[in-house]
Amino acid sequence: MKRWRELGAGLIVPVLVVLAWHLATAGGWVDPHKLPSPEAVVKRWVEYLLPLQPYESGSKLTWAFSGELIGDTIGSMYRVLAGFAIGAGLALPLGLGMGASPRVYALFNSLVQILRPIPPIAFIPLSMLWFGLGNAPAIFLIALGAFFPVLVNTIAGVRQVDGIYLRAARNLGARGSTMFLRVILPAAVPYILSGVRIGIGTAFIVVIVAEMVAVNNGLGFRISEAREYFWSDKVIAGMITIGVIGLAIDAGMNRLNNHLLRWHRGLEH
Amino acid sequence: MAQAHIVIEHVSKVFSSGGREVVALQDIDLVIPRGQFTCLLGPSGCGKSTLLNAVAGFAPPTSGIIRADGKPVVEPGPERGMVFQEYALFPWMTVADNIGFGLEIKGMPNAQIAQRVDDLLAMLSLGDFRQRYPKDLSGGMRQRVAIARVLALDSPIMLMDEPFGALDALTRRNLQDELLRIWQQLHKTILFVTHSIEEAIYLADRIVVMTYRPGIVKRDLLVELPRERDPSSPEFNALKRELGALVMEEQQRHHSEELRMAAVD
Repeated sequence: MKRWRELGAGLIVPVLVVLAWHLATAGGWVDPHKLPSPEAVVKRWVEYLLPLQPYESGSKLTWAFSGELIGDTIGSMYRVLAGFAIGAGLALPLGLGMGASPRVYALFNSLVQILRPIPPIAFIPLSMLWFGLGNAPAIFLIALGAFFPVLVNTIAGVRQVDGIYLRAARNLGARGSTMFLRVILPAAVPYILSGVRIGIGTAFIVVIVAEMVAVNNGLGFRISEAREYFWSDKVIAGMITIGVIGLAIDAGMNRLNNHLLRWHRGLEH
Repeated sequence: MAQAHIVIEHVSKVFSSGGREVVALQDIDLVIPRGQFTCLLGPSGCGKSTLLNAVAGFAPPTSGIIRADGKPVVEPGPERGMVFQEYALFPWMTVADNIGFGLEIKGMPNAQIAQRVDDLLAMLSLGDFRQRYPKDLSGGMRQRVAIARVLALDSPIMLMDEPFGALDALTRRNLQDELLRIWQQLHKTILFVTHSIEEAIYLADRIVVMTYRPGIVKRDLLVELPRERDPSSPEFNALKRELGALVMEEQQRHHSEELRMAAVD
């Protein structure tokens, strides 16, 4: 009951905004090429979602998923996941090493500090020179975008492990890999997860930009393409899709967080 | 008397703090027989925790030597189990995993670990908390888990650094009784740091009163009161008065030293 009321309260402002949007367009106050009506956007979104061709033969399922929106979403998500897996997969061991060993830290830190402030977007020209067009440069950029947040947080996580845990573990006889895998790593997990969260957010930003310049499908490509045809309704339909997927990723991360950190004092629910 | 279990010989510890040399321990000599319950008593800053940490092997003394079971102490180890004031339970492990962790490190087979953990859960009345995480436990329950974690290793020596300092009075008495029961049952040698005079008299066979910087042994006495001790008895209170005067002298020195340092700053 309370949940429904909270949900209802949360909907008031969005509904008012859509209503104002509707009134503004229905009243003819704005140029529909610049701001189409919400109804037009919904109509366009449904067209975008549905299959392009009428059903002829073969698998119904394949046909049902043959719409542009679904193809674009799968394409974008594939790039995000592949890029994130590469970036985080490299950052995690390096971050653990840099956090645990002052020598490894001294070796890599200056390079990290020089590269880290360069926004991944600034690597677009180079990535296209190196990898051409298509998935490769996009995945490279996304990996780069995910790499640094995960790296920096992993280093901080390992370095800020409370000394009392190390002492207690040493007292129990823990050394070497046991100390690292059973004590240092789990103690660093809250930091690592916040890095993962920032990293996946960055990956999602980068995929849209990368698709606008280097790929010819995906949500970023589609809204950029729609702009060329002055289809503002499709641009907005694409943007809303991006927003919903972003929200879904965040909700998924939240659940993962709550599961992995169920022992953590900060989470009491 | 029983054989020596912990031998502390000419132990000194000097560290620098804010550019000054602080003598935390000066030429401490103590022989602790097997099975004795010894309390190190003194105000904060008197070096009692420093001495305990040296015996644990966390921070070696600047000079002198500590032997446990005849072997020089060079590093921390499970034969000298430590219970910390801050519990130091691993928050990402359940109660059962915390207790079994030391055995896992030793390489004990899982079935045996489970059996041992079960026994300890029962011994410390923790059965209902087996799969809970430390964050769900009260301070008293956490300290029970920390004690069980050390008992799991079957350490002949238990080192306890103000383990009940953060607990309320009732929980504290409850755990003191529990500890005495375990000590009598398992014949541990216990070295227990506290600044509570009453706690020391209630628990210890022997009380070692330490001075504020430099930390030396000011008084080393055996508590002859019969157990179960009654804190309201005249004998208990006579001893409490006597030790109270000793400890307060050191507390005063600590306090005036702090004021002096503040004036220098």
